[in-house]
Amino acid sequence: MNSNTLWLIGRRLGAAIVTLLIVSMVVFAITAVLPGDAAQQSLGQFATPEQVAALRVKMGLDQPGVLRYLHWLTSLLSGDLGVSVSNAVPVTELMAGRVPSTLMLAAATALVSVPLALILGIGSAMGRGGRIDGFMSFFTLMMVAVPEFLVATLAVLIFAVNLGWLSALSYSSEITSPLQFMRTYALPVMTLCCVIVAQMARMTRAAVIDQLDSPYVEMARLKGVSPVRVVLRHALPNAIGPIANAIALSLSYLLGGVVIVETIFNYPGIASLMVDAVTNRDMALVQACTMLFCTAYLTLVLIADLCAILSNPRLRNQ
Amino acid sequence: MSDNKNGIKDQLITGTESLRVFEGLNRGMSRRHALQMLGLAGVAAAGAGSLFGAAGKLLADQQATPGKGKPGGRIRVAGISSSTADTLDPAKGSSSTDYVRHYMFYNGLTRFDSHMVPQLELAERIDTSDATLWVITLRKEVTFHNGKGLTAADVVFSLLRHKDPITGSKVLPLAEQFAEVKANGTHEVQIRLSGPNAELPSILAISHLLIVPEGTSDFSQGIGTGPFKVKEFKPGVRSIGARNTNYWKPGLPYLDEIEFIGIGDEPSRVNALLSGDVQIINEVNPRSTTRIKDSTTHRVVDSPSGNYTDLIIRQDQMPGQSPEFTEAMKLLLDREQVKSAIFRGFARVGNDHPIAPGARFYNADLPQRTYDPEKARFLLKKAGMESISMPVMCSPAATGSVDVAVLLQQSAKEAGLKLNVNRLPSDGYWSNHWAKHPLSFGNINPRPNADMLFSQFFQSTAPWNESGWKNEQFDQLLIQARGETDEAKRGKMYADMQTLVHEHSGIGIPVFISNIDGVDQRVKGYGTNPLGGFMGYMFAEQVWLDA
Repeated sequence: MNSNTLWLIGRRLGAAIVTLLIVSMVVFAITAVLPGDAAQQSLGQFATPEQVAALRVKMGLDQPGVLRYLHWLTSLLSGDLGVSVSNAVPVTELMAGRVPSTLMLAAATALVSVPLALILGIGSAMGRGGRIDGFMSFFTLMMVAVPEFLVATLAVLIFAVNLGWLSALSYSSEITSPLQFMRTYALPVMTLCCVIVAQMARMTRAAVIDQLDSPYVEMARLKGVSPVRVVLRHALPNAIGPIANAIALSLSYLLGGVVIVETIFNYPGIASLMVDAVTNRDMALVQACTMLFCTAYLTLVLIADLCAILSNPRLRNQ
Repeated sequence: MSDNKNGIKDQLITGTESLRVFEGLNRGMSRRHALQMLGLAGVAAAGAGSLFGAAGKLLADQQATPGKGKPGGRIRVAGISSSTADTLDPAKGSSSTDYVRHYMFYNGLTRFDSHMVPQLELAERIDTSDATLWVITLRKEVTFHNGKGLTAADVVFSLLRHKDPITGSKVLPLAEQFAEVKANGTHEVQIRLSGPNAELPSILAISHLLIVPEGTSDFSQGIGTGPFKVKEFKPGVRSIGARNTNYWKPGLPYLDEIEFIGIGDEPSRVNALLSGDVQIINEVNPRSTTRIKDSTTHRVVDSPSGNYTDLIIRQDQMPGQSPEFTEAMKLLLDREQVKSAIFRGFARVGNDHPIAPGARFYNADLPQRTYDPEKARFLLKKAGMESISMPVMCSPAATGSVDVAVLLQQSAKEAGLKLNVNRLPSDGYWSNHWAKHPLSFGNINPRPNADMLFSQFFQSTAPWNESGWKNEQFDQLLIQARGETDEAKRGKMYADMQTLVHEHSGIGIPVFISNIDGVDQRVKGYGTNPLGGFMGYMFAEQVWLDA
């Protein structure tokens, strides 16, 4: 790694901090203009105005928004994410219960989907225009088009209700054997794979085809290099940049965007935590979740860019 | 039960007896018979200053031994929601899932039986002569989960904390009538109300007024006197209750453990039931009932309730200020169609007043208002509004209101009135739209008694007087009824109030919506309660597993 790469990382980190700051301000502003606040939400439909006022004072909601934001920011800088207003539990404690579940689901899905997507993408690029490619395109496009709640509900109906092979609900805390792990995770992982494999496979196919059309590949082919070697040894290393980016985007979705899957399988992950936080107008929790998603996203994109740079000798040795 | 020998006229039902009453009701005694018993007893005892004096005695004599379930077993139950706002603080309970948890871990001074008649629970007896000053004797040798004995101080704390706005209690307005609550010795509590209220025993049965140990500030441990102890409580994830082996009701609860989770998505909830992952679910959509009925190992439990979705016609602004318009709107509600098309028969037709058919004090003599577009057209013409156009606000937040609004739009067309259905999102509906437009929809959950329904939603000064209806005669009757300890006279007053609401208020109640639960056939002892699904949220100590 040379100074150029280090400079890039440094610049990205600086930009990331600015991005996080802006995002936190925007999220704060948007949550503030939503109708109702944490006090009203907590007291519900039948609260009296006096009660709401008293609870607002208790929750510190009577202070101006800017002050509350600055207060939140200063405590964040000292490492304190604040306390959830809806149940007076520290935000870190709430997140600590959910982050491992989310990471577990994301890791299991990534382990299955990334190799699968690469094989599908490279396979259809190699057989471009052929029957396999046609079938693959049809299949992946269909998967992109079908909403995940439909995939999930159908999968539950077939595998859990009718056949009774798998569990309709997923609990991250009750796993003692590998078989149980499979039973629990099979359906959510399958549903998520349907969503992200298609996207990654399409991107991989496009990136590899792009390389296969270039003169150096044609040269290699004319030299008599076998098709498999052409793809794996010559084209693929040059396609790593775009593929890594596609994978990073899909994985960032796994960390924060799987609300539907979490809801259907009753899986206690971070996405449903954020939805709760917004419904309860729980500012500290909303901010913490947003910061987490944003950081994860920026990190993944940074890693993808690094992959692109390191896989490209021209950029690497500049 | 030796204390019964003192004569029944100054006695209330004791906890054990109320249990027997309950068991008796569940085991095939005809409802009508049981109701007669309780009703007659109430009337007879009222003059002597107590409420349900003889009922327990009469039933106890007939039912020698209470029905016994099988001990042991573990079930998993799924409610409709779970979020980080889940709480074990009874005062803050806001949804059916909170109530279920609270009844698992705590007891109240009284408890509703399956007809919403309050029976004694932690209270051994309740006495009053004027419905203002009440003396409650507590049952002895009841202990909290942490081993501390139940005393009067705990009750005083549990009742008075609602008056402090900082508690964030959902029932602060209700608690304001507790002018003074004090302990007379270790097991006697004296409550002085700000005015007479003969319905105090049924108020004390609601989940918010369950009894917690004195001085509790952290409720996450769920220390109560209830049938289950908290084994795990993770807001938004799950709660596990383990059998309280020291429970004061001998032989109860039956189950060893209950795991309680929330599945927000209805099809997923039904799927979880059918796949055997959970054994009990609530709030089944009427459309899903056929799926459950088709399964040989599950059944649908249909429990009529007092829950209603109502059309709100504001009386303090046009066009609702015109009584003809208001009546025309009520006539345009096609109740039978709402019942069959929207709720698939899982509802009972309403008569534009908030007391559900079959409930205590229901006025059966009041003629049923029926769908009559011709008369509505005539009334609209009389009011000079035959061709006006009005928006009507509805939202998924008020169960079924969007469908009811669309039906209403169709019927209104027949009467020449043009309604525009404005479908609003659930988020923020209650604070921004509910009862804030000339025409909107609301949804009211069952209340424990007629007095609460009337005083919260129909009294002229009530903060949630949905239609802004003011009626002096109604207000006077309401106050009088509260101080009337004669059950029959009170019933007459409530009947008159229902008539007034039916005829003059700006509320149209097409149907009362039933609760539909889905239950595994192996779960036994599962009944219904008009208060809500999950046997009025109180299934935990009553069901057993017959595997």
